[in-house]
Amino acid sequence: MTAIDASYAGTAAGNFRTCRYTGLKVDSAAQTLIKANAVAAVIFLAVGGLMGLLVALTRWPAVHLLPSEWFYLILTGHGANVLLFWIIFFEIAILYFASAVLLGSRLATPRIAWAAFVLMIVGAVMTNIAVFQGDSSVMFTSYPPMQAAPHFYLGLIVFAVGALVAVGVFFGTLVIAHGERTYEGSIPLVTFGALTAAIIAVFTLASGAIILVPTFLWSVGLISEMDPLLYKVIWWGMGHSSQQINVAAHVSVWYAIGALTIGAKPLSEKVSRSAFLLYILFLQLASAHHLLADPGMSASWKIVNTSYLMYLAVLGSMIHGLTVPGALEAAQRRNGYTKGAFEWLRKAPWGNPAFAGMFLSLVMFGFIGGISGVVLGTEQLNLLMHNTIYVPGHFHGTVVTGTTLAFMAMTYYVLPLIFQRDIIWPKLARIQPYLFGLGAAGISLFMMGAGTLGVPRRHWDMSFTDAILQFELPSGGFLMMGLNGLSAVVASAGGILYILITVGTVLWGKRLDRGEAPLTFPLHKRAATVAEYGSHATVKLPGTIILVTIFFVSFVLYYFVNWKYLSELWLMR
Amino acid sequence: MAITPPENRLWWNEPIERVEIGWIVVAFLWGLFMFFFMIAWHFIGGQNLSTETYRVTPAAYEEKVAAFAEKYQVDDEMGVPIVRPPAGEDVYLLGRLWEWWPILELKKGQSYRFHLSSVDWQHGFSLQPVNINISVHPGYEQIINFTPTEAGEYGIACNEYCGIGHHLMTGRIRVVE
Repeated sequence: MTAIDASYAGTAAGNFRTCRYTGLKVDSAAQTLIKANAVAAVIFLAVGGLMGLLVALTRWPAVHLLPSEWFYLILTGHGANVLLFWIIFFEIAILYFASAVLLGSRLATPRIAWAAFVLMIVGAVMTNIAVFQGDSSVMFTSYPPMQAAPHFYLGLIVFAVGALVAVGVFFGTLVIAHGERTYEGSIPLVTFGALTAAIIAVFTLASGAIILVPTFLWSVGLISEMDPLLYKVIWWGMGHSSQQINVAAHVSVWYAIGALTIGAKPLSEKVSRSAFLLYILFLQLASAHHLLADPGMSASWKIVNTSYLMYLAVLGSMIHGLTVPGALEAAQRRNGYTKGAFEWLRKAPWGNPAFAGMFLSLVMFGFIGGISGVVLGTEQLNLLMHNTIYVPGHFHGTVVTGTTLAFMAMTYYVLPLIFQRDIIWPKLARIQPYLFGLGAAGISLFMMGAGTLGVPRRHWDMSFTDAILQFELPSGGFLMMGLNGLSAVVASAGGILYILITVGTVLWGKRLDRGEAPLTFPLHKRAATVAEYGSHATVKLPGTIILVTIFFVSFVLYYFVNWKYLSELWLMR
Repeated sequence: MAITPPENRLWWNEPIERVEIGWIVVAFLWGLFMFFFMIAWHFIGGQNLSTETYRVTPAAYEEKVAAFAEKYQVDDEMGVPIVRPPAGEDVYLLGRLWEWWPILELKKGQSYRFHLSSVDWQHGFSLQPVNINISVHPGYEQIINFTPTEAGEYGIACNEYCGIGHHLMTGRIRVVE
């Protein structure tokens, strides 16, 4: 034991600064790597977001911007850049933050972390090149027998390997922090959430390797045939489960922002951590969500898998749906906002974009992304919406209003605390989360609406103008797609503001590494000190109870409305 | 604080808030209900996608569908045969780049064994305006027991992206009284 400790002491080089605002010890290697990954993330968001706008403007029937070849090309690029590259680069930044910074540790093997970064960049650029060369418009899902150029798959594999190495650096940092005793007791809840995300990432990236490596070999002619059904089962082991990395990561971000902005602490560590544990245990079953309307799978396989074994992972999210607002309410009541059921919410720091973005993300992820996800993932109900534009409606509710908005909110603290630059243009920053959130909510809801009217996804011409056998979709569907286009314009305005504020702050924001400047968007004073723990037995959370009751009633009603629709279909026995 | 280690090192011994317990119970029971409702619908519901599936080579499936179309063809529209199979008969539809073939004429209230497969890439059978959506794979022949419940003209779109002509891929089912 002593020998091990001695060797730790010998290698514990690190080069730390102490954060003036939080008192956290920040390793300089970790800081630089967080910056690099965050910058890469924002660049891919800018590229992918612009592509998203072009897609939405093409699907707006009155605008119909791009020709069909370009539409399918840009849509493929949109999926890869925002769903994969933006989110995973940002998640790597979060992993380094939650390990090295929150635990006050040095980052494990910074050189390998840089190698991971380079691999991810090379992979992402390679896939983008393949997409723009034009013969890889196979959509993000690249279902065989449709085939892309070999470097489309190779880029994704290289990116995934890089991400896996970065996840390894995170695990290594946890080991170092534990060995060097940089913290007391258990890891913080946010680090625990990040650990959840990292564990799911290992499963996910392994699934990706298992299916993409043979697909790559097939694309260069070494394997003669890919089974389309098997591909789908394993590919979605990556594709859907990787969305659960996002959920674990953005729930961690919710808790972190609650702590930073109003001094929130979990109602009970045990419950919040158990909810994360449920993700690890059950989220991997999600591949089935994409096979409910497919041949070849038994009904019992579908039911067990699609429900995450009796909805136990959904239970995890529903628990966070109470514990996060509950922690916020408890903190605000401690801060003195005790009147009525909702003074705590009315007087929350709505002018702080980190708080506003976090709360919007929380509400919209639950109401839009969460409820629609359970309905879409119900074995029989899936028939009503499978592959209609309801599906992108659902996942823009989870990935855009949930994950992306939460990550944007977190940026308002990554910039001052890690880049040590104060946010510029605070007035614009204040409205940014509302603008983006409103637009993203519109995108999700209008696409869901259009999907229930039968509008297909990934489709250039919903009026079937050049088809041999023509028919018309309901006019409501066209209206919804127009409103979707408008919402995309609003969301893009919010997205462009985010990019401008982020880039502007990094380049020209007031430097915070010298002098005693206060932050434009201040931290809660409790964030600098360790709050007392223990159960606050007297806590009353009437506001949260009302909120979750509204959520639950909406959930149940929407669930049964869809069964009603289903019962009106043609009979299938 | 969620960003600092729990101050109480024995945090797992802390009692859980009552509101948390209450919500966990409600959410858990709701999950159980939703789980068992899917099973129940197999007994009480009229809409359960069959899982009867066979392996088939695309060429063999194409032949079967062609033979079926030839046998029961009554007319054609834009060069696509209109096929009227006897009620209760096996019915075949194939997806290919970029059409659903052939046009089917079915009788309302009659049950059909509806065969569905693709002869090239993956396609998405999307029947409108009823909005029934089923994935179609090459190499897998799925058999669905369909009973049309309303007469009318139904369009079929493709909602699984299948290359540059994806938006041209349509088909038709006519349901008569």
